[in-house]
Amino acid sequence: MNNPFIVLPVIFQLFVAVILMFSWNSKNLQKLISVIGSLIALLISLLLLIQVRQEGIQSMQAGGWMAPFGITFVADTFSALLVLLTAISGLAVSVFSVGSIRNARVKFGYFPILHLLIMGLSGAFLTGDIFNLYVWFEIIIISSFVLLTIGGEKAQIEGAIKYVTMNLLASVIFLTAIAILYGLTGSLNMADLSLQIAQVENRGLVNVTAILFLIGFGIKSAVFPLYFWLPASYHTPPPAISAIFGGLLTKVGVYALLRVFSLIFVPDDFLASVIAILAMLTMLTGGVGALIQNNIRKVFSYLIICHIGFMLAGLGIYSTIAIAGAIFYLVHDIIVKTNLFMVSGLIFKFKGTYSMRLLGGFYKDKPLLSLLMAVPLFSLVGIPPLSGFWGKLMLIKGAIATSNILIIAFIILGSFLTLFIIARMWAAVFWKDGAALPKKKQIKYFEELKPLKRKAMISSIAFLSLISLAIGFGAEWIMQMAIHIAENLMDPSAYIQAVLGI
Amino acid sequence: MKTLIFKTASAYLLPLLLLFSVFILLRGHYLPGGGFVGGLMAAIAFVIHSFANGIERTKNIVKFHPGFLMPVGLLLALLAGALPLLFGETFMTGLWMKQAVPVIGSVGTALFFDTGVYLVVIGVTLTIIFTISEGL
Repeated sequence: MNNPFIVLPVIFQLFVAVILMFSWNSKNLQKLISVIGSLIALLISLLLLIQVRQEGIQSMQAGGWMAPFGITFVADTFSALLVLLTAISGLAVSVFSVGSIRNARVKFGYFPILHLLIMGLSGAFLTGDIFNLYVWFEIIIISSFVLLTIGGEKAQIEGAIKYVTMNLLASVIFLTAIAILYGLTGSLNMADLSLQIAQVENRGLVNVTAILFLIGFGIKSAVFPLYFWLPASYHTPPPAISAIFGGLLTKVGVYALLRVFSLIFVPDDFLASVIAILAMLTMLTGGVGALIQNNIRKVFSYLIICHIGFMLAGLGIYSTIAIAGAIFYLVHDIIVKTNLFMVSGLIFKFKGTYSMRLLGGFYKDKPLLSLLMAVPLFSLVGIPPLSGFWGKLMLIKGAIATSNILIIAFIILGSFLTLFIIARMWAAVFWKDGAALPKKKQIKYFEELKPLKRKAMISSIAFLSLISLAIGFGAEWIMQMAIHIAENLMDPSAYIQAVLGI
Repeated sequence: MKTLIFKTASAYLLPLLLLFSVFILLRGHYLPGGGFVGGLMAAIAFVIHSFANGIERTKNIVKFHPGFLMPVGLLLALLAGALPLLFGETFMTGLWMKQAVPVIGSVGTALFFDTGVYLVVIGVTLTIIFTISEGL
C-alpha cells in the first residue's frame, strides 16, 4: 500500500538535528529539544508499527519515481519494529546523555550528531533500495565516527582509527558487491533484484557476490573472524555513546544480513553451512574473549560479539522458527545491550573505575539500584521468564527441527559462557567486599551531580529495564510478531507485491 | 602572498566569483552545475580573499559565524523535500510553478533544495578553513 508518510521517522530526526544546530550555544535548550524530539519520534514510530500491523506492508516511492527506477522506502513489520526499537533506544540514550555527557562535548555538537545517527539507523531499516542502504550505512559510519572521537581523548582516537579502518573496508566490499549485482541485473531495487537474480544464468558470480555481501555485513556486525575492531573501540567513548553503539550499530549489520539473505540471495546448503559455522565460531570467540577481560565495558563488548552469533545461527539454520528466534533475540538484544552500557556508565559514576578487580560492595551500598541493574544483567543471561530466554528457546527449537546438533551445542555453550561471565561479574561488582577507592579529581562523581541529572540517568535505565521485562512477560505477543516477520522473510512475495505491484 | 597585485585583484575577484557561483547554482538543474559546485566556488572566493588580505579581514566581511549557514541550508533543503507531503505527493517530489520567472527560469522545489545544499557547502567549507587557519 502506498503511504507517503513512512519516511517520517527519518525526516523528523533530521528536523530535530537541524533545530538542535540552531540552538548550538545553549546546552540546556539542546538537552530539552533532544528529549522532546526523541519522545515525538517514539510516538511516530509506534504509530507506524501499528499501521503496518493493521494494514500490511506500506511502501513509498521517493520523488514519485516508480519502482524499480526510483528509491523505494518499504515499511514491513520487520522494518517498523526495528525503527520502533531504535526510537526507544534513542530516547533512553538521549535522557541518559542529559545526565552524563559533559558540557565540552555538548558544545562540539554531541546532540545533533546523535540525532543524525538515529536518522541514519531508521533510514537503513526503512529503505528498499540496496544502494540507498549503502548511503545510510555511510551516514551511520560518519556520525558514529564523530561521536567516537568527540572529546578527543587519546584512547578514543586510538579506538576510532581501528573502528573507521575496518568499517571503511567493509563499505568498500559492500559497494563492490552492489556494483557486481548491478552489472548482473541492471537493478538496485531490492524487490526487483529478488526477481531478477533468480534468472541470472551465471550462478558462480551470484554466489561470489553473496559471499562479498556476507563479508561486508559480517565486518559491520562483528562476525568472526573480523570482529576485533569492536572490543578495541567500544570501551573508549563516554557510556551514553557506547550504549547507542552497542545497542544498534552491529544490529544494522544483522538486519542487512537477514534482509539480503532472504530477499535477494536464498542460501543454498553450502552458504547456509558457512553462515552456521561462522555463527558458532562467533559465539565461541566472543564468549571466550569475554572470560579474560577485567574492564566491564570490554566484557560487554565481547558479549555483543557472542550474541551476534546467536542471531547469525538463526540465519544459518534457515527455517521459519529459527529466523523468528533470531528476530526475537535481536529485539531483546537491542534493548538489553543499550541498557548494559548505561549501567556500566552509572557504576563508573559511583566508583570511578570500570575494573572488576577494584569494584565491589555495590549491593551493600545501593541495594535498590543493584536490583534495577540485575534486570538487564539477568535478561542477558536469559533466565526465564526474562527476555533473553525466549529467543534462545526458539533458536534451539529450530535447530532440533532440522536436527542440527552442533548448533544446539554451541548455543548452549554460548549461554553457559554468558551465565558464567555475568555471575562472576555480579559476584565481583555487587557482592564482593570492595575496598574504598581513592577519589579521582578529574571525575565528577554521582553525588556531585545535580538532582535532575541523577534522575535522568536512573530513569533511563529503569525505562529500558521495564521494556526488557515487558518483552519477557509479553513474549507471546512479540513471538507472534517474530513468526509473522520470519514468514514474510522466507516468502517475500508480499514484500515484492507491495513494492512492484505484481 | 600579500602582494599588491593579488590584493587588488582579490577585491574584484570576490564579487565576481560570488556572482559566478550563483550562476552555476541556477543553471544546475539541466546543465552541469548545481548547489554543491556553486557552494564550493563561493567558498573559494572567500578563501582567495583571505589569502590576499589575511583571515581577519575575511571574517569581517562575513560578519556572522559561517557555521550558522549549515542549519539554515539543511532546513531549507529539508523543507523543500517535505513540502510535497502537504500536497499528498511523496517526499522529494519536484513541484514546479506554472509560469516561469523572468531571468531565473522555472522555479520548483528542486531549486530550493539546491540552494540549501549551496548554503551548507559554504558553511562547512568556511568553518573548516577558518578553524584550521586559527591554529596556524
